Amino acid sequence: MSEHFDAIVVGAGPAGNSAAYTLARAGLKVLQIERGEYSGSKNVQGAILYSDALERIIPDFREDAPLERHVIEQRMWVLDDESYIGGTYRSADFSKPPYNRYTIIRSQFDRWFSKKVRDAGALVVCETTVLDLHMDGHRVVGVRTDRENGSVYADIVILADGVNSLLARKAGFHGELKPKDVALAVKEIHFLPEQTIEDRFNVKGTEGVVIEMAGKITQGMVGTGFLYTNKESVTIGVGCLLSDFKKSKIAPYVLLERMKAHPAIRPLLEAGEMKEYTAHLIPEGGYNAIPAVYGDGWLMVGDAGMFVNAVHREGSNLAMTTGRLAAETIIDLKARGKPMTARNLAAYRKALDESFVMKDMKKYKNVPSVMDKNRQFFTDYPHLVSHAAHTLLTVDGMDKKTKERAIRQEFTRTRSRFGLFADAFKLWRAFE
Amino acid sequence: MHILVCIKQVPDSAQIRVHPVTNTIMRQGVPAIVNPYDLYALEEALRLKDRYRARVTALCMGPPQAEAALRKALAFGADEAILLTDRAFAGADTLATSYALSAAIRQVHKGLPVDLVFAGKQTIDGDTAQVGPGIATRLDMQLLTYVSKIVSLDPAAREIVVHRRSEGGVQVLKTQLPALITVLEGINEMRFASLTDMLRAERHALALWSKDDAHIDDATKIGLKGSPTAVSKVFAPTPTNRRAEIIETQSGQPIDLAATLVAKLFSNRPDVALAINPSPTPDGSSL
Repeated sequence: MSEHFDAIVVGAGPAGNSAAYTLARAGLKVLQIERGEYSGSKNVQGAILYSDALERIIPDFREDAPLERHVIEQRMWVLDDESYIGGTYRSADFSKPPYNRYTIIRSQFDRWFSKKVRDAGALVVCETTVLDLHMDGHRVVGVRTDRENGSVYADIVILADGVNSLLARKAGFHGELKPKDVALAVKEIHFLPEQTIEDRFNVKGTEGVVIEMAGKITQGMVGTGFLYTNKESVTIGVGCLLSDFKKSKIAPYVLLERMKAHPAIRPLLEAGEMKEYTAHLIPEGGYNAIPAVYGDGWLMVGDAGMFVNAVHREGSNLAMTTGRLAAETIIDLKARGKPMTARNLAAYRKALDESFVMKDMKKYKNVPSVMDKNRQFFTDYPHLVSHAAHTLLTVDGMDKKTKERAIRQEFTRTRSRFGLFADAFKLWRAFE
Repeated sequence: MHILVCIKQVPDSAQIRVHPVTNTIMRQGVPAIVNPYDLYALEEALRLKDRYRARVTALCMGPPQAEAALRKALAFGADEAILLTDRAFAGADTLATSYALSAAIRQVHKGLPVDLVFAGKQTIDGDTAQVGPGIATRLDMQLLTYVSKIVSLDPAAREIVVHRRSEGGVQVLKTQLPALITVLEGINEMRFASLTDMLRAERHALALWSKDDAHIDDATKIGLKGSPTAVSKVFAPTPTNRRAEIIETQSGQPIDLAATLVAKLFSNRPDVALAINPSPTPDGSSL
């Protein structure tokens, strides 16, 4: 005898957990199905936790969530082969609670979140893969898992099964992932004693530093690198478009190895012991890659719906927010006794449009294609700005005016005067 | 027939890191799993359940999070699950653990007599293989360790016949119930629970037992107080940088390979060479 639930959530990442938690808290009968051994066992992220998105779901999360360090300083580096030029923002304000951003280790954080979901009353089943959606005509009515007696039914199925949403593809809700719409990110966690981290990054207590990197480290591919400080470890990683990896034939681990050998990065990791190596796909196609996110009897949240703001390295907060908004839509329809039809679920899309999620996605909708077509931002410019700084900062008897002219000439020689204007215009348009 | 299975939640040793400074195990972030050997014990009990309509109770001592291990046992088909959890049990060695578990089993027995107790051959975190035999001794049960096969069980005659792996070979042993059996890895293959069972396990109300529920009055027998084992030192062996060497000979014949190997070993350790053969030829071929 198959059971019927109010809602089935497929996947236990931040999107699925947020949806399941919100639904269960509202008293709905929720079943969450996770493929991995436990929530977090298959999830990979840098990872930065943005408090705001979680606060709207679990206001007092700081009391028991496993948080590593709160971020008080953000460095932005543009790297040339041997050098980098960059900016830093650090503020004592970021050290005043409640903190705005934290570094986290996802396998621990997700397990905490999953416990909250269980405590809220949702039924969580792990090590179980959803193979198919059960359809009644156009309407999704349940799921079929890989276990014996494996079918369960619900008024609504929330697809939170991540970037590679096989389920959505099988059901024809979106097409095959395009290599230009996904980034492949690899990262390592290196163990370092707390004291070493405090000394090396000029922090104390639970203060932490984030370094975002772009430039030559991606070897001409569209992508970025990052380094985050955890309590007793440092996370370092790099991600580039899958289509670029394919073209360049550079193995992701080789890219990361070279990045770690950069003279600006190597000393930060010195004497560290590598604890883990992970890789994951990130949907970076932006606004234009977002598929239909609702239909009769189903909703799509998080990475499955391509909700990632690649420009600001935000994803988990969009996942949590879309999960929450999906749940709130369902709770509202349920309360008003309305069926889970596409027509009624359009309210979810409307809520997304009104939130920062779609506004940000829309704002940067052209960034992916501009970056794809203008590789100079990842090759020429890092070298130009870094070399300009080098010229200016080297005191060698040459007068400053001559130095400035040399810098200008190098810029126009590389990009031409028109090219420079065009690049500036393209950037302005993309980020406007 | 009532079968009790002892299971333990352990850190997944495949993912354990040792703290480079303090040499202690870094449990933070290491996933907890059911001791793999205990899963063989559970499956063996479930097979007897299927055959003899036995009732299976899973018992675990550990912190509240060990609940996950018991839910897994329930999903596979255990009928009941008891989590023996109390701060007073903290710091227990194998002696104190077997004391606490025996006390709990005695209480279970009062409700429904226990005919068989199953346990894994050892845990992957302690590797002592002492708790199972400890329980059998305390409860005065027949003890069968390192069992590789259950040949037959006669509930009417209350007799069980098993294969027990020993150093010299396999022993075929018959004994009377009640008995405690520790099983070897590979004795069976774990089943894949149905979705119905997964849902039942998630919903099942676990029995949480404190030391009082297990009727343990003497607090000096449990936890740290009841544990005479003292860890005097924890150290990591210094990693050696020696590299393996592959020996090749032109002929590839075993006899030539052996001769080359012996010559190499002797050249590294002339003292050994001299002790074995006071006047060897230079290439060691006198052997």
